[in-house]
Amino acid sequence: MTVVKTKIGRRSFIKKSTLAGGGLVLSFNWLESCKMTSEEVSTLPKEWFKLNGYVKVGDNGLVTIMSPNPEGGQGVKTAMPMIVADELDIEWKEVIVEQAPLNTELYRRQFIGGSQAIRQGWNGLRMAGATARHMLKEAAAKTWDVSIKEITTKTGMLHHVSSNRSASYGEMASVAAMVPVPEEVALKEIGDFNIIGTSQKNVDGQNIVTGKPLFGLDTYKDGMLTAMIVHPPAFGMQLKSMDSTAIKSMPGIQDVFSIKVLDDDFTRQHFDTCAFLEVVAIVGKSTWEVMKAKKAISVQWEPIESYSEERQPYRGPRQTLTIPAGLESSEVHRKKMSEMTTRQSEVVRKDGNPELAFKNAANVIERTYTAPFLAHNCMEPMNFFADVKDGSAQLSGPLQKAELTELTLANRLGIPVEQIDIHMTRLGGGYGRRSYANWALEAALISKKMKAPVKLVYTREDDMTGGIYRPTYQVTYKAALDSKNNLTAIHINAGGIPESPLYADRFPAGAVENYLAESWTLNTNITIGSFRAPRSNFMASAEQSFLDEIAETIDKDPIEFRLELLEKAKNNPVGEKNDYDAERYAGVLNLVKEKSDWKSSDASLHRGVAAYFCHNSYAAQVLDVTMVNGKPVVQKVTCALDCGIVVNPDGAKNMAEGGIVDGIGNALFGELTFKNGVPEKSNFDTYRMIRMSEAPKEIDVHFVKNDIDPTGLGEPTFPPIFAALANALYKATGKRYYRQPFLSEESVNA
Amino acid sequence: MAKFNLKINGNIQEVDVDPNTPMLWVLRDHFQLVGTKYGCGIAQCGACTVHLGDNAVRSCQLPVSAVGDKAITTIEGLSENGDHPVQKAWLEVDVPQCGYCQAGQIMTASALLKKNPSPSDAEIESAMDGNICRCGTYTRIKKAVKLAAVETENS
Ligand code: FES
Ligand code: FES
Repeated sequence: MTVVKTKIGRRSFIKKSTLAGGGLVLSFNWLESCKMTSEEVSTLPKEWFKLNGYVKVGDNGLVTIMSPNPEGGQGVKTAMPMIVADELDIEWKEVIVEQAPLNTELYRRQFIGGSQAIRQGWNGLRMAGATARHMLKEAAAKTWDVSIKEITTKTGMLHHVSSNRSASYGEMASVAAMVPVPEEVALKEIGDFNIIGTSQKNVDGQNIVTGKPLFGLDTYKDGMLTAMIVHPPAFGMQLKSMDSTAIKSMPGIQDVFSIKVLDDDFTRQHFDTCAFLEVVAIVGKSTWEVMKAKKAISVQWEPIESYSEERQPYRGPRQTLTIPAGLESSEVHRKKMSEMTTRQSEVVRKDGNPELAFKNAANVIERTYTAPFLAHNCMEPMNFFADVKDGSAQLSGPLQKAELTELTLANRLGIPVEQIDIHMTRLGGGYGRRSYANWALEAALISKKMKAPVKLVYTREDDMTGGIYRPTYQVTYKAALDSKNNLTAIHINAGGIPESPLYADRFPAGAVENYLAESWTLNTNITIGSFRAPRSNFMASAEQSFLDEIAETIDKDPIEFRLELLEKAKNNPVGEKNDYDAERYAGVLNLVKEKSDWKSSDASLHRGVAAYFCHNSYAAQVLDVTMVNGKPVVQKVTCALDCGIVVNPDGAKNMAEGGIVDGIGNALFGELTFKNGVPEKSNFDTYRMIRMSEAPKEIDVHFVKNDIDPTGLGEPTFPPIFAALANALYKATGKRYYRQPFLSEESVNA
Repeated sequence: MAKFNLKINGNIQEVDVDPNTPMLWVLRDHFQLVGTKYGCGIAQCGACTVHLGDNAVRSCQLPVSAVGDKAITTIEGLSENGDHPVQKAWLEVDVPQCGYCQAGQIMTASALLKKNPSPSDAEIESAMDGNICRCGTYTRIKKAVKLAAVETENS
């Protein structure tokens, strides 16, 4: 048993409900359209008692656990409450899960991003369950007039063995709600978990397969209007004028006007990236009517002038960014990037004497890898509901960073944060895109102007051409080999438009005596943002393809070669700062080697391996390709993961599989190019997405078993699969893949 | 504007809209049957799949005026209690991630199984290839379709 403090400094992890009434709360459902079945209603308790921000216990023993973070497919709405329930000591089937409201007082970091929900939530969630359990025990002790030390619990029951008394949590709930939050609580031993580590089904499964209104786009309110925007057709363009007279008289159309999304002097927070500062809004009664008007409107655009914007990045000091004028094209981007290959850039890390090592090298391998801009393409297009009144606002929609969006909304609308109420709906995918909520601002501004509730809906085209892309990147890797084929130096020169992908302190830093990492950026007016495993999603593919090529050159097995490097990093690390654990890294490689039967003698299998560490977790993958009718087909992916304790193994596997399929899709097909500022793809007819026939026929996921606190899973399987695929395709086709998407070089799997 | 009497999930319902309005928006905006999703609007993603008679169709491409007296079934009407073999298989395999594409996937899969109760892997792939899942749940979808096929056969 570990005893932990519920307070760190003055900040309490566990807050009592801010509601009055001794913790008694009434159930309240924001989405009235979510009707309950009569069976559900009959099993509901008459009264709920709130023990803390996460736990409500009903008088009949049912427990509601609030899931603090928004759900967009990561499975946190199932996994986070499982952690609370385990410490509370209750049967999982007695638990109802509810999406918590946005509340920065009660909850911490209600974000989707960086695969951090479980990692950063772990202690707080455990404490929430343990605290509630403690309060129930104290209630029983008080009621029976015995010492709390003599009270035990077992799946929803309180016992006092010596006097043979028992009560359910439900019976003690009203008393427990009056008990103050304890200063410290005992947490379970890892070995005593009985919910954590078992596979539980998605708590929203039934609602999803029956088509219940869960998503932002499903919001319908009385008197609600539908709005769409028209944004400039090209980056580097802005609104000049429009002629709305003709469309104003179209059926259903209520109003047409332009809105300034951000004021010119607005100090942006990190996630306030906004490509088009002024857009045209069309408001009408129904979606189709607005869509028709949108097609008919005539708008004139003009080139922007270069401008600068003030920003407060997520970390570090305030910045001023210069946004260049001009209409950019991918061809020019490529040319500019390739010129950077030979240019000296900013040195980010240097170990040993790389210059000398390269001078003395018997053999130098140099390869350049590139990747294009990518659109997120969440299946649910961007949308938001807003009902803005004088001095207050009610909003609802899919958000990854609701508490930051709320601040931006407050600033832009001039409404105090306390008067802004945001309901977090399920996200039809996020992958980083919904951290940048310019559409939430647009919805709010349109509602304010209309003085009516409004749902803003982006068409797929608005979504795909609206900015916030994964940047385009390039990296040149150089390796020095001595006459005995020892790897003596690595030089990395990485950059991108407008962000560099470099992680200078990651593997193989620490494993190579002489190491140089350089970084550069080029600016652009095309907006970028986080995209599933930012930067890693490119670096892994280049690094792990390059290591494969070195291993081949020196005639070593690619897994053994990596293991040797990791052995060196473990025993004799080079440099001070290597942000990975060489042993855990080697652990996933060893596990994937075993589980994939790496030594298999099946000659029809063309196999590629890759491993990567990001978001605090380790992933290694072996991807098998066979040639079918002269075309490579991905048969199987074997994946080994070390993400510490796995809360919900089957849910975790689902996440891992998703990252793998998504990665293969983006590696083969993902690409957004530009011509004169115009995105050259705007819908799925041209932007190719992976489909079922192109997905691996089988995915086999294995976890390293350990007792380390859990780390993230939404991202870590995504980056290495690009390289595992490239390395396997090489074995199948004899061709190395340096430029993403791979399909632009050669047709595979089609 | 014109009036249409539509048979949706077994009920006759009247709507007064522009005859070109796609069924997708009739279902969502006028009947609040929001299980049918908008993904692309151009028949590329399958999120809007419903049944027209026994066929899986993309409702974003189906003007209300073309429906006539054919029965429309949406995800909400696929079964009374959410217990269609395909829905049950989806839960058993725990397919969804974000879930946004899944109603469309289920409608395509259930129409496939009606016509072809025991499809091969290749037949499943070709029937399901019009439905995009950005979360990448394809291996589970395939597994669930096969499970539903077995369950249907056994029942
Ligand atoms: S919305 Fe109909 S196929 Fe995509
Ligand atoms: S489950 Fe998210 S798009 Fe399919």
